[in-house]
Amino acid sequence: MKPFTYERATSVEAAARAAASVQGARFIAGGTNLLDLMKLQIETPTHLVDVNRLGLDRIEKTEEGGLRIGALVRNTDLAADATVRRDYAVLSRALVAGASGQLRNKATTAGNLLQRTRCPYFYDTRMPCNKRKPGSGCGAMKGVSRSLAILGVSDACIAQHPSDMAVAMRLLDAQVDTVDATGARRAIPIADFHLLPGDTPHKETVLKAGEIITSVTLPGPIGGTHVYRKVRDRASYAFALVSVAAIFGKDGTARFAFGGIGAKPWRTAEGDAAAAQGAQAVAEATLAGARTTHDNDFKRPLVEKTLASLYRQQEARA
Amino acid sequence: MKFDTPAGQNPIDQGRVIGIPHDRIDGAAKVTGTAPYAYERHDAAPNAAYGWIVGSAIAKGRIAAMDLRAAEASPGVLGIVTHANAGKLTKGSMNTAHLLGGPQIEHYEQALALVVADTFENARAAAALVRIDYAPEDGKFDLAAERLNGVIPPQGFGGPADTKAGDFDGAFASAAVKLEQTYTTPDQSHAMMEPHASIAAWNGDKLTLWTSNQMIAWGVGDMAKTLGIPKENVRLVSPYIGGGFGSKLFLRADALLAALGARQVGRPVKVAIARPQIPNNTTHRPATIQRIRIGADKDGVIDAIAHEVWSGDLPGGGPETAAQQTRLLYRGDNRLTAHRLVTLNLPEGNAMRAPGEAVGLLALEVAMDELAEACGVDPVELRIRNDVQYDPEAGPQRPFSSRKLVECLRAGADRFGWSKRNPRPGQVRDGRWLVGMGMASAFRNNLTEKSGARIGVDGQGRVIVETDMTDIGTGSYTIIAQTAAEMLGVDLDQVTVRLGDSRFPVSSGSGGQWGANSSTAGVYAAAMALRAKLAEKAGYPADQAQFDDGLVRLGNQSQPLAALAGGQGLWAEDSMEYGDLDKRYAQATFGAHFCEVGVDMDTAEVRVRRMGGAFAAGRILNPKSARSQVIGAMTMGVGAALMEALDVDTRFGFFVNHDMAEYQVPVHADIPDQDVLFIEELDDKSSPMKAKGVGELGICGAGAAVANAIYNATGIRLRDYPLTLDKLLKAQAA
Ligand SMILES: Cc1cc2nc3c(=O)[nH]c(=O)nc-3n(C[C@H](O)[C@H](O)[C@H](O)COP(=O)(O)OP(=O)(O)OC[C@H]3O[C@@H](n4cnc5c(N)ncnc54)[C@H](O)[C@@H]3O)c2cc1C
Ligand code: SF4
Repeated sequence: MKPFTYERATSVEAAARAAASVQGARFIAGGTNLLDLMKLQIETPTHLVDVNRLGLDRIEKTEEGGLRIGALVRNTDLAADATVRRDYAVLSRALVAGASGQLRNKATTAGNLLQRTRCPYFYDTRMPCNKRKPGSGCGAMKGVSRSLAILGVSDACIAQHPSDMAVAMRLLDAQVDTVDATGARRAIPIADFHLLPGDTPHKETVLKAGEIITSVTLPGPIGGTHVYRKVRDRASYAFALVSVAAIFGKDGTARFAFGGIGAKPWRTAEGDAAAAQGAQAVAEATLAGARTTHDNDFKRPLVEKTLASLYRQQEARA
Repeated sequence: MKFDTPAGQNPIDQGRVIGIPHDRIDGAAKVTGTAPYAYERHDAAPNAAYGWIVGSAIAKGRIAAMDLRAAEASPGVLGIVTHANAGKLTKGSMNTAHLLGGPQIEHYEQALALVVADTFENARAAAALVRIDYAPEDGKFDLAAERLNGVIPPQGFGGPADTKAGDFDGAFASAAVKLEQTYTTPDQSHAMMEPHASIAAWNGDKLTLWTSNQMIAWGVGDMAKTLGIPKENVRLVSPYIGGGFGSKLFLRADALLAALGARQVGRPVKVAIARPQIPNNTTHRPATIQRIRIGADKDGVIDAIAHEVWSGDLPGGGPETAAQQTRLLYRGDNRLTAHRLVTLNLPEGNAMRAPGEAVGLLALEVAMDELAEACGVDPVELRIRNDVQYDPEAGPQRPFSSRKLVECLRAGADRFGWSKRNPRPGQVRDGRWLVGMGMASAFRNNLTEKSGARIGVDGQGRVIVETDMTDIGTGSYTIIAQTAAEMLGVDLDQVTVRLGDSRFPVSSGSGGQWGANSSTAGVYAAAMALRAKLAEKAGYPADQAQFDDGLVRLGNQSQPLAALAGGQGLWAEDSMEYGDLDKRYAQATFGAHFCEVGVDMDTAEVRVRRMGGAFAAGRILNPKSARSQVIGAMTMGVGAALMEALDVDTRFGFFVNHDMAEYQVPVHADIPDQDVLFIEELDDKSSPMKAKGVGELGICGAGAAVANAIYNATGIRLRDYPLTLDKLLKAQAA
């Protein structure tokens, strides 16, 4: 870990200003991702702005009938919230499928969206990695890549976005609310929030320096059956090989978002449009343009199989 | 004391304290955090500085240049140890690679420097400023690619590399049923809870090391040898150990570098090997390729059996002796085993819980399942038919000291409900799960090692035992206390046990599942000597004195131990040594594993639903701690079957998934109900305790039972561990 300075921000605006004014500053929320990366010197912030006490820990209804989730709401609290469990069950299910109880107690809504990849080469500073050290090459592509992404990848990087929560957020068409150093606010649709790697895999979101997430807003509830299915090598405490968030409507429509396979939480209009034709059609539409390695080509059939499982369960319910 | 004839009736047979499922006597200290582990010995070395290890970024080559200036100028830095300033170091006799590398580099993450600073954070930050320029060389990292270059390895713990009896080729060629298959197992990491950690302090030329080590005397010897100082000048203290599984059998980099750092900066230094460094810096269980051929008659009776194993290690290293059990487990007049070793420049391979059998049975017991199916014989029945009561390589003149495999198979099958298994694979469904049952034999050699102890009674009648034996979470404290209490006729709470200090008599240490039986036998020997002294003081003939209730008795006379011990206390020391009973008799432990799995019919996720086993391992000294050993080992067997694998990057020559997020071991949610039955057995040829080891038996065969259950559930036979869903999906598509 490199020495760094630390301040506890007193307001959202002050936090944004502080972070923008110091080169290499970072916000810290639960710290469950950032601190691990700092210990390994994968992240080397010079200054930490603590955003834990800005009152961003409330969940409230919006005038439009949706739900505003404070950026600092802990994953545990969000998963247990009565409204979320009733109206956005897929989000609750995705959250409890992630990490462990201890981690979820610390992890926050914004931190979870911004967690970084679990690519093992990213985690070893002696290895080439374009995301960690632009221009150094990609260690994973011709190496051990079983867990990595097959969609949205580039010649520079095939890292997966490891979040479960973000997959449900993507399914629910969430928007990410921010404030920047000038005090300007914006609402970023989650589909546009994460960037694909292209040839700049170190750039992961559209956030500008100092721009702070204040909340994530969900539109009004989407009725239907909410499911989250996470496929992994052990029963708990493992990242997804493939995960599927889905809402099945009564009329045969459905929507799907995927984790474990994309450079960002993955959802396509084509996939949703194929819903009525069943698992195979949805898989084919979703996987258009997929690029696999020798290690992770199993994810292609696994997407279809996982969808097939969900369809079968849905039929059993109907 | 020498054990060279079978044990007769002795005080252990009373079974007053021995054989009772007592709670651990160190349990309260452990769960309240008052049992200090090596890195926490602030009491012993309050002013310790902190060391951080800099590991090599290449697998093979040389250090071209090292620039320490930035690190030395970093805040709080007290010194930096490198090969250039460490003085002359010899390699420990148990180490394959040097614990401090440079200028030659033998493997990735080999320690090249230790940065010592006033705080942990300063040491770690400065370590990142050490600049090393490398001159890399090509290495060999791919076992499969190197297989044909295998050579006959030197003889180590596992006996000779090759064995033969009868005419395998001829018998195999003419067998009615032939099975020939190749199985592979990956490199594995011990993943024990406590990382390797040490604090070193020098007093003049005398070194004290608070460390985490399974084998105190080996550690002393190799520390002295490495530093070129007399053994008498090295003291090791290791009373509490947070798991080892073989990873802490030997002197490791934390210990040596703490000693070197402390010498350089003139104050105590503490060093832990950080979790992400462990898989590549320390040892691991080597990967294997195993070819098995079995020739049987149509009823499955084996006439010919061959097991050949390939594994790799650094130059000067040893093989994974995965064919060991095949020498002794099943009948057959025509047999062959062979181990071949290839040179690999991966980190050092070495012992991990049940080296040899743990992976050997992953292959052999799946081969037996395949044979059972080929012959149309029930897998349990097949093993019963192939039982043999003597060493099948040596013949009937070398019987087993005791062997209750068949009893284990029958009792285990019964309890598990094996008869409900549908022998046709892929037939049973429970919702989205395909359900299958599998079984495997368990086998692990029984080793006995010389072990000493000192035992005394003080003026209050308390019994004190001192031995350098270690408790690596296994329960040594408790069974040693039970032994002493039994021998001297006192209650368990009257006994104090002190372990893990090189000032105490040399014990067997903890390894190879020899610790429990050997170390308690050493306590038995010392206790016999103390009984003689106490009887003499009492004026009773030693062979007629009785010990109970804190008294020494003869007929209706008695004298309290406390009075006999007097103010000075009375002490005796002895050790147990072994004659040739293990040559005259084959000695091993046996069992049978049963397992039920569910395999998701779509995603091929495998989840274990139920496990059970029956085990025969001589006298069970403490059924509670023995059960804990067995269920822990079964859990490791599940890991080996389903998820554990160090992924090798064959370009850079290192294990890629070197942390606990990516190297997966089972979590609670993976482990269902585990049922353990111990079959009654006393082995009078093993030791006066009539016990055998049980710490490793539970892993042996457990993974194969899982693999066979997967086959029964799905009809898919996988032979490359771990059996992950991607392999099942691929096999299903093929
Ligand atoms: C062992 C382990 C297993 C895990 N398993 C899973 C899993 O299965 N599924 C899963 O989804 N996740 C998993 N996680 C990841 C976990 O969910 C994340 O670490 C957590 O959500 C991050 O939240 P945090 O508040 O701790 O973020 P921090 O570590 O505090 O921050 C993460 C990033 O977000 C930035 N940030 C934080 N708050 C704001 C804000 N308000 N505005 C702008 N930027 C901000 C920080 O600057 C930093 O870059 C696992 C983590 C670990 C350690
Ligand atoms: S996949 Fe991306 S994160 Fe992984 S090594 Fe390549 S560039 Fe780095």
